[in-house]
Amino acid sequence: MASKNSLMTWIDRRLPVTENLERHLTKHPVPSKVNFFYLFGALLMVVFMIQVITGIWLMMFYTNTEEGAFASVEYIMRDVEYGWLMRYMHSTGASAFFFLMYFHMFRGLLYGSYQKPKELVWLFGCFLLFLLMAEGFLGYVLPWGQMSYWAANVILSLFGAIPFIGESLQVWIQGDYVLSGATLSRFFALHVVVVPLLMIALVVFHIFALHEVGAGNPEGVDIEKYRDKTGMPLDGKPFHPYKTFGALPAIGIFFIVFFAIVYYAPTGGGYFIEKPNFEEANFLKTPEHIAPVWYYAPFYSILRAVTFGIPFLGITSKFLGFIIFAASIAILFIVPWLDRSKVQSIRYKGIFSKIAMIMFATSFITLGYLGTKPVNEIRTFIAQICTVFYFLPFLLMPIYTKYEKTLEVPDRL
Amino acid sequence: MQITSSVVGAVTVAGFAVPFLSAWQPSERAKALGASVKYDLSKLEPGAMAVVEWRRTPIFIVHQTTEAIKNLPSLNQKVANPALEEGVSRTINEKFSIIKGVCTHLSCAPKYYPEIEPKAWDENWKGGFFCPCHGSKFDLAGRVYKNVPAPTNLEVPPHSFEGDTLIIGEA
Repeated sequence: MASKNSLMTWIDRRLPVTENLERHLTKHPVPSKVNFFYLFGALLMVVFMIQVITGIWLMMFYTNTEEGAFASVEYIMRDVEYGWLMRYMHSTGASAFFFLMYFHMFRGLLYGSYQKPKELVWLFGCFLLFLLMAEGFLGYVLPWGQMSYWAANVILSLFGAIPFIGESLQVWIQGDYVLSGATLSRFFALHVVVVPLLMIALVVFHIFALHEVGAGNPEGVDIEKYRDKTGMPLDGKPFHPYKTFGALPAIGIFFIVFFAIVYYAPTGGGYFIEKPNFEEANFLKTPEHIAPVWYYAPFYSILRAVTFGIPFLGITSKFLGFIIFAASIAILFIVPWLDRSKVQSIRYKGIFSKIAMIMFATSFITLGYLGTKPVNEIRTFIAQICTVFYFLPFLLMPIYTKYEKTLEVPDRL
Repeated sequence: MQITSSVVGAVTVAGFAVPFLSAWQPSERAKALGASVKYDLSKLEPGAMAVVEWRRTPIFIVHQTTEAIKNLPSLNQKVANPALEEGVSRTINEKFSIIKGVCTHLSCAPKYYPEIEPKAWDENWKGGFFCPCHGSKFDLAGRVYKNVPAPTNLEVPPHSFEGDTLIIGEA
């Protein structure tokens, strides 16, 4: 043991390994009582790793040209040993990523995980959601199927809706007058290098910021208040082994569900991989019905719900739709400054906060359902109401959180 | 010193940004592939529509029937922007409409329904284009109806006529 200790001392003098292990793992305090909502962060790390590893392997066989892309995906599926497994893990991983992300963020909204001093943790998380959405979009284009092509067309034409600069901006992004191989190869570069690098950086910031301010709990109790003689909070437990081993059963259950989907329902009934995407992109033939993958459906619904513009300002319905669609994500960034409540957790907040959360969750799910369906008048009307209900909980937050009656938060967990 | 180095630094970054950002513009090959295409109009029957590909975009060439040409002005009430730049069919040669087959809403392909009969989306349908994606309606000259998602008329690509030959891509 002496040699090991002296080796560690030698290393620690040059790179503070022990200090950082203690700081972030063996001595980092986490609240002793949390619920299942607090497992999604760990699961997100697992999915991120799945995506990186399967992504690297897919990259070894994928061709990023207009002529070769679709055929190379077929090659991966049919000829490469376990290629199908890599691809289905990657595509199911994308769905899992969003599923966990939505729950992880909903947890944040419920238990006030964005409140002072956790604003930056929340902001980095919101940037991660934005990057994940970009990453998912770029990745969906790569197989160059019908839905890849036409969904990308819909999204890129949104940039074309920006007044004055729109058209040239769209051509610049596409690298052609139409969506083509030039677009595909730059999307490939962004999908495999640029966005993942940014995501890794943000995950690091997210976790460092979290470890600085300390993890929250469903009660909204500040565990730092009472400490024992060693400085460990009385309601705290070291991250390792409590949190690490505590997460293992959850990871096990997650893997069971994840691989059940990978093996038995990789296309998720057309919601994870859409049927038209099994046909190669054809720029002369639009699919009958362009629907997004399920995880974009709520936002797509908001985009479509805007059927009117502001004519006297020269704003078309399409551009206004784009603005409101962008606002639906942007509004999440400012939540820490909208919430004026004295308490963190929904458990101690007043009735209005509870109604607001139900309103938000219901409209989000309804919008998601509508986004996958073709439009008609009734659906558009419902989507418009849900869009209003999506924004109201946030827009009114400064008022109701300030004036509603809250309960007394206990001292200890 | 600080100001000088900041300015020099900013200029350097901006200078290096130019080639990297310009690389995203359409390449010379992409520009060449965007050249014009020709189409022989003599084979197109009245009421029929041909689809020609230009810059990978479907271009609809509609040979208007006499009835359709007569009907078009009566739709002025229903369309959002009735002004006709060129003639009833929005071209110099009013017998033909040349339209980009890309919905101005979100780039779907509108479908051609020339029949004058009640349709699920319009009881007084006078013929035109209907977009199955989000329900936008256009008349036979590609003018957009009021109160549909599409903000503007279907685009008319630059084109010219040389006798019976249509040239798409050159005005």
